[in-house]
Amino acid sequence: MSANAQMVAKYKNNFLKEVQEQVEMGEWVKMCMQCGVCSGSCPTNFHPGWEHPPQEIFMMIRAGKREEVLTSPSMWMCTSCYNCIVRCPRKLPITHIMHGLANYAHRLGMAPKMQPTRHFAKLFWNNCVKTGRVNELKLSMGLYFKDGFGQGIKNGMAMKDVALGLLKAKRLNPFEMLGGHKCKDQNGIHAMLKKARELEEKRKAIKAAA
Amino acid sequence: MTAIVATNETILVVGGGISGMTAALEAAETGKQVVLLEKTAALGGRTSQLYRYFPKMCHPVCGLEINLRRLKSNPRIKVLTLAEVTGIAGSSGDYTATVRITPRYVNENCTACGECAKAVSTLVDDQFNYKLGKTKAAYLPNAMAYPQRYVLDPSIIGTAEAEKAKAACKYGAIDLGQKEEIVQIKAGAVVWATGWQPYDAAKIQPYGYGRFKNVITSVEFERLADPHGPTGGKLLRPSDGKEAKNVAFIQCAGSRDENHLRHCSRFCCMASLKQTHYVRERFPEDGKSTIYYIDIRAIDRFEDFYQKVKADSSVTFTKSKVARISLNEANGNPICHGVNTEGYHRYANEHDLVVLAVGMEPSVKGMNIPASVVADSSGFIEADPANGGIFGAGCATNALDVNRSVQSATAAALRAVQVVNKVARAEA
Ligand SMILES: Cc1cc2nc3c(=O)[nH]c(=O)nc-3n(C[C@H](O)[C@H](O)[C@H](O)COP(=O)(O)OP(=O)(O)OC[C@H]3O[C@@H](n4cnc5c(N)ncnc54)[C@H](O)[C@@H]3O)c2cc1C
Ligand code: SF4
Ligand code: SF4
Repeated sequence: MSANAQMVAKYKNNFLKEVQEQVEMGEWVKMCMQCGVCSGSCPTNFHPGWEHPPQEIFMMIRAGKREEVLTSPSMWMCTSCYNCIVRCPRKLPITHIMHGLANYAHRLGMAPKMQPTRHFAKLFWNNCVKTGRVNELKLSMGLYFKDGFGQGIKNGMAMKDVALGLLKAKRLNPFEMLGGHKCKDQNGIHAMLKKARELEEKRKAIKAAA
Repeated sequence: MTAIVATNETILVVGGGISGMTAALEAAETGKQVVLLEKTAALGGRTSQLYRYFPKMCHPVCGLEINLRRLKSNPRIKVLTLAEVTGIAGSSGDYTATVRITPRYVNENCTACGECAKAVSTLVDDQFNYKLGKTKAAYLPNAMAYPQRYVLDPSIIGTAEAEKAKAACKYGAIDLGQKEEIVQIKAGAVVWATGWQPYDAAKIQPYGYGRFKNVITSVEFERLADPHGPTGGKLLRPSDGKEAKNVAFIQCAGSRDENHLRHCSRFCCMASLKQTHYVRERFPEDGKSTIYYIDIRAIDRFEDFYQKVKADSSVTFTKSKVARISLNEANGNPICHGVNTEGYHRYANEHDLVVLAVGMEPSVKGMNIPASVVADSSGFIEADPANGGIFGAGCATNALDVNRSVQSATAAALRAVQVVNKVARAEA
């Protein structure tokens, strides 16, 4: 059974309970009083992609709209500015709940596939765990070519002046393409991350089984 | 020297608002001796600063007038104004309060003729009007002040202005030699009725109170609407004196907020509903009110009042707590930003004036009361046997409207009477 099917079976239609128990900081959702201050304070102005402001997401969770919430791109749009947390009259850790929901949707395989923030987060992670250092050249290339080769070239051309400027200022090294700089003890880093992942998986498994 | 006859059969009432006056009257009318202390120069408290009060929309004058008449005809009540308690020692049935009395510089001879005010030219902040205007440094605290006696502002003492005032008085009422006094007052029981104060709106940073002139508080709006207020009852906004026809009311400004006051202040929904009447009354043709709210709390029998305002086409209800206010620099209008919970639409609405329905906090918080009393996390006094013979009344105990304050004051008076009755029996 997939992780998603397992959770559907476990919580039936009680999505609020599922969020409370499975999502990091999810236990706070029920404290929301729907005042709207978080949404009104969000500097993103809900540009395209921000379908549902946080306040609405919290109400959707209560209303049991599981599918809509978990497949929504909204939580991925949060920029972590913390305006909402500072102002929420109920002190909900809204930013953290947004990230908790995004992470949960990702784990269940329900997060929107080519959502840019999610794509970037994955690229960033894979990039930095390999050598223990972020390879910025490869990271930006990966992002440019997200929507295919043709679009990648176009994106690259659009950013050409910035790239040349960086090159001049010695902030961009083209030889990074051939491997790039690394951490000394790569094996150590990998072992550490492996251990961290094990611990996290264990914690989540206990939560899911409880 | 102020002479006060008090024994441990006396009831001391601290605070001369509607609650303190009620407690003093109820106790005195059962035959007890009462000393009533008020920090400012006149009785009445915050009720006297309202233009009208819900639910009947009468002027506070009428309610206060009846109480003042009862007070004047009752020889058992000794009223001390400009008096503040600095300490209370002892226990139930045997308290001694230390009281500081600040000089008024005007004695009992004053007939309130007003000649002293004409003689001086110095202006000071008008406290009665929440500093929205200025008043002469020799002034009557408010039109229906009790006692009807002028006050000299301490800032002019020792200047030629004070001498001018003294020279102008035909009754020898001005006494520039008055000094601060500290007196001890005995009492068997104490009623603590120091009331409330509006939450400091400047602390709600995103609303810009103090930065934007046309963002004011609900208590200030009462003064704008009052014919005795700084604008003579015209709804003129502070920045440019333009008529404020399109008024926004923001509910829970500082209340129900972990960053400010944790409690619901309870009366501010009603206060804003009431204040929409002021807008419609002044501008029957084109007045517009918008109430931004989380949920309207018109408790029990006030539901009727709410339904009537809801039916008024000049009033719009927007279910949303405004997130922030910005300023239209060109015309001075405040702009309210937020997201409407009904439909989750973003808005940016411009208004002539924004009124913050500020929360209520105790004017003397529990921990600052110079005696040991049990108070909740907001500083309101709790009814607790550990308080001994000290009883909270009115808004010192909770966010209450006038009606509930009076009920609470009557209950406190009854408890105080029981304490002094016990003392009397023991001494008999
Ligand atoms: C905008 C607004 C509108 C309102 N409208 C209405 C309405 O329409 N109808 C209604 O029923 N209620 C209304 N209220 C509520 C009403 O104002 C209160 O219920 C009422 O004032 C409570 O009276 P009180 O005597 O308990 O307190 P207060 O009125 O605050 O009186 C306390 C008194 O104690 C004095 N004092 C303070 N500290 C000391 C001290 N240390 N020593 C001695 N004396 C001290 C103060 O100077 C004051 O005179 C409104 C409130 C607001 C903010
Ligand atoms: S600010 Fe807090 S209480 Fe208000 S809607 Fe957002 S999460 Fe809920
Ligand atoms: S009475 Fe209304 S405005 Fe006042 S704190 Fe309660 S809900 Fe908010």
